[in-house]
Amino acid sequence: MKEAKQMSVSAIQDGTVIDHVPASNLFKVIQILGLDRIENQITFGTNLESEKLGRKAIIKISGLFFEDEDINRIALVAPDAKLNIIKDYEVVEKKVVEVPDTIVGIARCMNPKCITNFETVTTRFRVVSKKNVALKCHYCEKITTQENLEIF
Amino acid sequence: MKSKDLVSIDDFSTEEILRILDLTEEFEKQPVSKLLDGKVIATLFFEPSTRTRLSFESAINRLGGKIIGFTDASSSSVVKGETLKDTILTVNNYCDLIVMRHPIEGSARFASEIATVPVINAGDGANQHPSQTLLDLYSIRKTQGRLDGLNIFMVGDLKYGRTVHSLMMAMSRWNATFNFISPEELKMPDEFKLYLDNLGLKYYEHIDFTDIISKADIIYMTRVQKERFSDPIEYEKVKNVYVLRNSMLKNTKPGMRILHPLPRVNEIHQDVDVNPKAYYFEQALNGVYTRQAIVCSLLGIK
Repeated sequence: MKEAKQMSVSAIQDGTVIDHVPASNLFKVIQILGLDRIENQITFGTNLESEKLGRKAIIKISGLFFEDEDINRIALVAPDAKLNIIKDYEVVEKKVVEVPDTIVGIARCMNPKCITNFETVTTRFRVVSKKNVALKCHYCEKITTQENLEIF
Repeated sequence: MKSKDLVSIDDFSTEEILRILDLTEEFEKQPVSKLLDGKVIATLFFEPSTRTRLSFESAINRLGGKIIGFTDASSSSVVKGETLKDTILTVNNYCDLIVMRHPIEGSARFASEIATVPVINAGDGANQHPSQTLLDLYSIRKTQGRLDGLNIFMVGDLKYGRTVHSLMMAMSRWNATFNFISPEELKMPDEFKLYLDNLGLKYYEHIDFTDIISKADIIYMTRVQKERFSDPIEYEKVKNVYVLRNSMLKNTKPGMRILHPLPRVNEIHQDVDVNPKAYYFEQALNGVYTRQAIVCSLLGIK
């Protein structure tokens, strides 16, 4: 009898595991963290079953550790994400993401008359509400709410 | 490195605002001088605004400054497809200060980040027009002798009115009480009422103001524009409710003054003009002194 073929995603020796990413936002997380432009070994799984999120994604990045301010950039698209920091196959630290006070260059201002939608300007927002995310545009001063949030 | 721009009234601390008002008082006493001798100021009006432009240009001319610029985008290189960034980077080389009016919101903040000379926002779409707010504050302080604890009536289009929003935010620094009088469709937006709630300031909303007008220290009139109404019948119903007439002013406080950012259409009847409580044309004159104060302050001359 043949053994069932199983594809294994091996544990990583050193690096970061990002868990509880909503499956629908996996590629946005990859984009925000610039994972599509680095040389490190990366494995990811998506549409995995999750009680909390319905379908979740998980990303394992070998040999890469994030600063808090970098990882918090994904809070807009993966607010429940959990990080496991792996050293020598052991989880040495767990982290959750937190919505930062300012958002630079990730989100689009929903005001169609805002300068950031006309010229090449890096968007910049002050986070005025973290629970139901609300962002105040540094330029036009209008509020972009969670429902209208669009990530570049 | 430039000291400061004037993009939004919130950029100025209360002390800075009061400093501008004190300077304005000086310019009112001495509006003509050579303080701006040798200075070149660019007035870039990407959309026409005759009143604001003339006020700035009068202010600068009376202080001996020179003006370069354009009065609408069709006479600038925008029609050739130049970006705002390139226009600002270029003009920045030609002048000591930029006064800019632009229909796109946030354009003034963007320009101020690119320019090495100070930038004054003379209106960016529906967003900010801080020199108007400062001249309103000056007019209020001058006529009332103080800014603190006044009862401010705002009448007309409170939904889209950029000037009333900025003035309300500014006056909230001085413990004002507000009465908002507008048709249902043009009420003060919730975000501003929430702002006042958080500060614990009192405000009242009315759809008519004949009964309460005697309480006002300042009546700030704005235009109710037909094009703001989704239903033209609604406009027809309310268009005469928000017209101030001389007969309505009988029981008002002796020191009460009527302000209006101008241009007026019919919301203040012409019979009010002769009433000493009508202050809108003096208010426009105050605008010249206020802009002299702003320009000289940003250039570090005063």
